[in-house]
Amino acid sequence: MYSKKVIEHFQKPKNMGKLKNPDVVAEVGNPRCGDIMKLYLKIDKDKIEDISFETMGCVAAISTSSMITEMAKGKKLAQALKISYNDVAEELGTLPPVKMHCADLAVKALRKAIGIYKEKLKIKN
Amino acid sequence: MNKKQIIYLDNAATTPVDPAVFKKMQPYFFEKYGNPSTVYKLGEESKFAVERARKQIADFLKCSSDEIYFTGSASESDNWIISGVINKILEKEKNPHIIISSIEHKAIIEPAKNYQRKGLIELTLLPVNKDGLVELEELEKAIKKNTKLISIMYVNSEIGTIQPIGEIGSLIKKINDKRKEKIIFHTDAVQAINYIDCDVQKLGIDALSLSGHKIYGPKGIGSLYIKKRISVDSLIYGGGQERNMRSGTENVPGIVGLGEAISKIKISDGKRIKILRNKLITGILKDIPNSQFNGSMEKRLPNNAHISFSGAEGESIVMELSQKNIFVSTGSACASNSLNPSHVLTAIGLSHEESHCSIRFTLGKQTKDSDINFVLKVLPKIVERLRKISGR
Repeated sequence: MYSKKVIEHFQKPKNMGKLKNPDVVAEVGNPRCGDIMKLYLKIDKDKIEDISFETMGCVAAISTSSMITEMAKGKKLAQALKISYNDVAEELGTLPPVKMHCADLAVKALRKAIGIYKEKLKIKN
Repeated sequence: MNKKQIIYLDNAATTPVDPAVFKKMQPYFFEKYGNPSTVYKLGEESKFAVERARKQIADFLKCSSDEIYFTGSASESDNWIISGVINKILEKEKNPHIIISSIEHKAIIEPAKNYQRKGLIELTLLPVNKDGLVELEELEKAIKKNTKLISIMYVNSEIGTIQPIGEIGSLIKKINDKRKEKIIFHTDAVQAINYIDCDVQKLGIDALSLSGHKIYGPKGIGSLYIKKRISVDSLIYGGGQERNMRSGTENVPGIVGLGEAISKIKISDGKRIKILRNKLITGILKDIPNSQFNGSMEKRLPNNAHISFSGAEGESIVMELSQKNIFVSTGSACASNSLNPSHVLTAIGLSHEESHCSIRFTLGKQTKDSDINFVLKVLPKIVERLRKISGR
């Protein structure tokens, strides 16, 4: 049911684990649906310098987490905000229709993290 | 699969066909392909084979052959008993009351709910305790004047818990003795057949569903036992096969396979399997921290182990094991099309996380000691890796 690329990212996820001194941490998902995603970001001058994830979830949830960290790393915040769930799914080859919400969850996690970061910045200034 | 060795621990989902069973089926695909409804010799041969299989099932259930009907699956048998009983009653009176347990197979729950949605019946979904068992007092309390049908599955397919079917049978018999309109007692025995006593007379069962592919027989064949004098409407109308109760040309090879499979069952096989199953459970609980065993240990099928691994999601565990040619199943919604946690696991009080993190291992007669050793070797690392990814 899963593409080769999905399995690849599931078996060897990129950017997995906690990040030391992150600028922002965001969590999405809930135990009911079974997937909980947490993203750690280090941001410097509007750019995502480093990003990592911790995900409790199915194969698709782990793969999309891994993929979104790869896609967001090194991007400007404005660019990162443009990543859509379709982009994530496309990068992974295909996702089963019933698993599209995992790609959506990954995008939501990234957007939530950037949102929190921007709020923090406002308060600081 | 290729010749690579596989470890199949999903025998509650389906079982391989026993080669000896297949051998008996084979002639009915090729030389003996006659339609049992015909009168010439070729058809007679098929008819004879069907009746021989019917006798094999009747002998196993300790009932008479004319109480056995062949169906296309146990799901059909379940649907049939629900609608067959209800439709018959609705001809005479309104709003019969039906009791089913909250952990029934969907093939019981869905047709019953369909009648409820249409406002045609009163339905009680009986809760189970945390061990996954129906409590007799609760059942007795739920019975009403207009109760017509009670359906409680013998063994739950997910957690393998065995319901007190004999005690339920006696309770219903006691209540029926004082009633003019008798309550019909049905059980879905699909998972039970392989391992426990299914003597319908001793257990006081009026109707029972079973399936071929869970007992080393073929897929696409099931059966429904209906006790004599119980009035049930047909589900499938047509040419009037199965004594006018279930139309459709008989699946002769399937029927022959089901008969052979059931006659080969040795309840004693469960002993060996239970030793292996217990080794698996003990090993997992010892080697994997924060693993939790679900459901009653005593009132449980000898081949079932159901365990939650907090912090490691079920579908991910299944896929990791699958990479190593080990096949198991999960109660996680992620592995289903519904995305809802299993209704059975919710019913026994598991949290959403515990349900999502659960794995069902069901052993079979092909399971070897070395299979269990291999699972115990690889599983701890898999759970550890997934917990690392989840940070939990």
